[in-house]
Amino acid sequence: MTPELKGFLLVSVVKMLVVFTITMLGVAYMTFMERKVSAWMQNRLGPNRVGPGGWFQPVADGIKNLLKEETLPRSASLGLFFLAPCMSFIPALCVGAVIPWAAPLPIRFDFTLPVLGRFVHSGLVPMAVADVSVGFLFVLAISSLGVYGIALAGWSSNSKYALLGGLRAAAQMISYEVAMGMSLVPIILLTGNVSFSSIIGAQQDGLWYALPLMVSAFVFLVAGFAETNRAPFDLPEAESELVAGYHTEYSAFKFSMFFIAEYANVLTFSAMFATLFLGGWDVPFTHWDETPGLLQTVATGVVMALKCTALIFFVMWIRWTLPRFRYDQLMALGWKFMLPLALVNIMGVAIASWVAREVLHLGSPLAQALLLTALSAAVTALLFVVVDRGLLIGGVGSLDFMASRRARPARPVPISREAA
Amino acid sequence: MAIGVKVMRRPERENSYLRAALKGMALTFRHMFREPWTMEYPEERSHDDARGTWAIAPRWRGTHRMLTDEQGRAKCVACGLCPQICPANCIKLVPGEDEEGNRYPLIYEIDEFRCVFCGYCQEVCPEEAIHVGVHYENAEFSRDRFVYDLERLCSQTHAVSTLWDPTDAAGE
Repeated sequence: MTPELKGFLLVSVVKMLVVFTITMLGVAYMTFMERKVSAWMQNRLGPNRVGPGGWFQPVADGIKNLLKEETLPRSASLGLFFLAPCMSFIPALCVGAVIPWAAPLPIRFDFTLPVLGRFVHSGLVPMAVADVSVGFLFVLAISSLGVYGIALAGWSSNSKYALLGGLRAAAQMISYEVAMGMSLVPIILLTGNVSFSSIIGAQQDGLWYALPLMVSAFVFLVAGFAETNRAPFDLPEAESELVAGYHTEYSAFKFSMFFIAEYANVLTFSAMFATLFLGGWDVPFTHWDETPGLLQTVATGVVMALKCTALIFFVMWIRWTLPRFRYDQLMALGWKFMLPLALVNIMGVAIASWVAREVLHLGSPLAQALLLTALSAAVTALLFVVVDRGLLIGGVGSLDFMASRRARPARPVPISREAA
Repeated sequence: MAIGVKVMRRPERENSYLRAALKGMALTFRHMFREPWTMEYPEERSHDDARGTWAIAPRWRGTHRMLTDEQGRAKCVACGLCPQICPANCIKLVPGEDEEGNRYPLIYEIDEFRCVFCGYCQEVCPEEAIHVGVHYENAEFSRDRFVYDLERLCSQTHAVSTLWDPTDAAGE
């Protein structure tokens, strides 16, 4: 091995350890945050017994889950039953590897260790474990693998509730995967690239994509809730009808793995949204962070953490506010509203950016972004009215449902044959 | 509709999804800054403040207590009315008599697991000896500790229940 390769490996291993630790710690404290946020929203105190202010609660939870009895359903398919938690745990952690958590850090070292030999590294180190050029395509591909774990868990448990949960998860995640992928196409249109670093760069030049691609951001946000199985789309584990859904039969640490996977998915979804639509690690209103340096890396890391925390809070806020969707409403929303909206949005953004570039000759990315922002604000306002009036999404309360109700006779019609 | 059933007029055309969701979110967000209602139980047993009164009711019927006279003897005269009226058959009474002809309980045991806390024993007692108590912290390490003998019943110190009084139904 060349000293350069060894240096690269050293840096990568350190990054892996850091990202893994931060993800696991983040997940642990997200469970704590969830319990606290839900408590505050319900005028309660939340966990406050373990450690000062309850801050060691995740530790206690983890120890409890490690020491609990492992139960195995008698007729479970054991191989798949053991495989399923891993299948949802590993993709959830993998996704965090490609997200840039901070600005690139210039690192230069050249030292020799007794047995391992010489390590050399110089240049910018991207603050993602792997700065892959396929960018968010990797995230979409890997995160959709998580559905295998859930579907397998449902199948192998040999329980009707788990099976129904697994089926729901499969249907729901595949449905929303489409809308999610489509909602990200406008980003490719504007950036011309799918790698995270170039998307962040494009947002630094123009505006954060949440503004010019408001509709995309909305579709991605909703699809993300469905992808992470969070309320109001937590039908795979709808406790009111399915006990606990796909993880009904799981206990102890296998259950914990599903739990960790869910929160890790929320974390990576928040990081994805922050990166794609909120400028990633970009510190707003300044270009100081674009020159590499240690201080910049730390500052951008903090900003990224803040953005993620805000989004995680938003996810929890939604969970503790909105009731769960009915299954047909979920499917109707996904296929009849989100997918067409995402497709029309692609066309709209394509036409608008072509007009901005070729017809109006707006050279600077900022001017193009401003034009798109104005357009998408108008479209969003229109959408708000349309959705608000229930004119697009089916289900109870929609116009055709109401019309069918009205068409039905109010009183039972007397049977004329008997009368005659 | 013979009985007063209220028929809700549901909005048909203007059934808002987003506005309702946003309203709900505003509501939950406002609740985050309200004072919590939680009573932190082991430290805080009851409170009486701006949030309201949270105290155990004086008519609460909890585990029993036997009142004693000035010499510290149980007031019970072993008349046998309480085991007679007890619907759960949880009182065991063996009467005894001293040289002067005073009746007293040789054995007086109440099985608190069988008890349904109806309070009839207190109501029927002519000597106002046995009472149900305003008390709810009854945890023990073993099941046999839940059969309270006379000594234990006499040594309880918690308040006794003021049972429902038919002449003062509203409790005034």
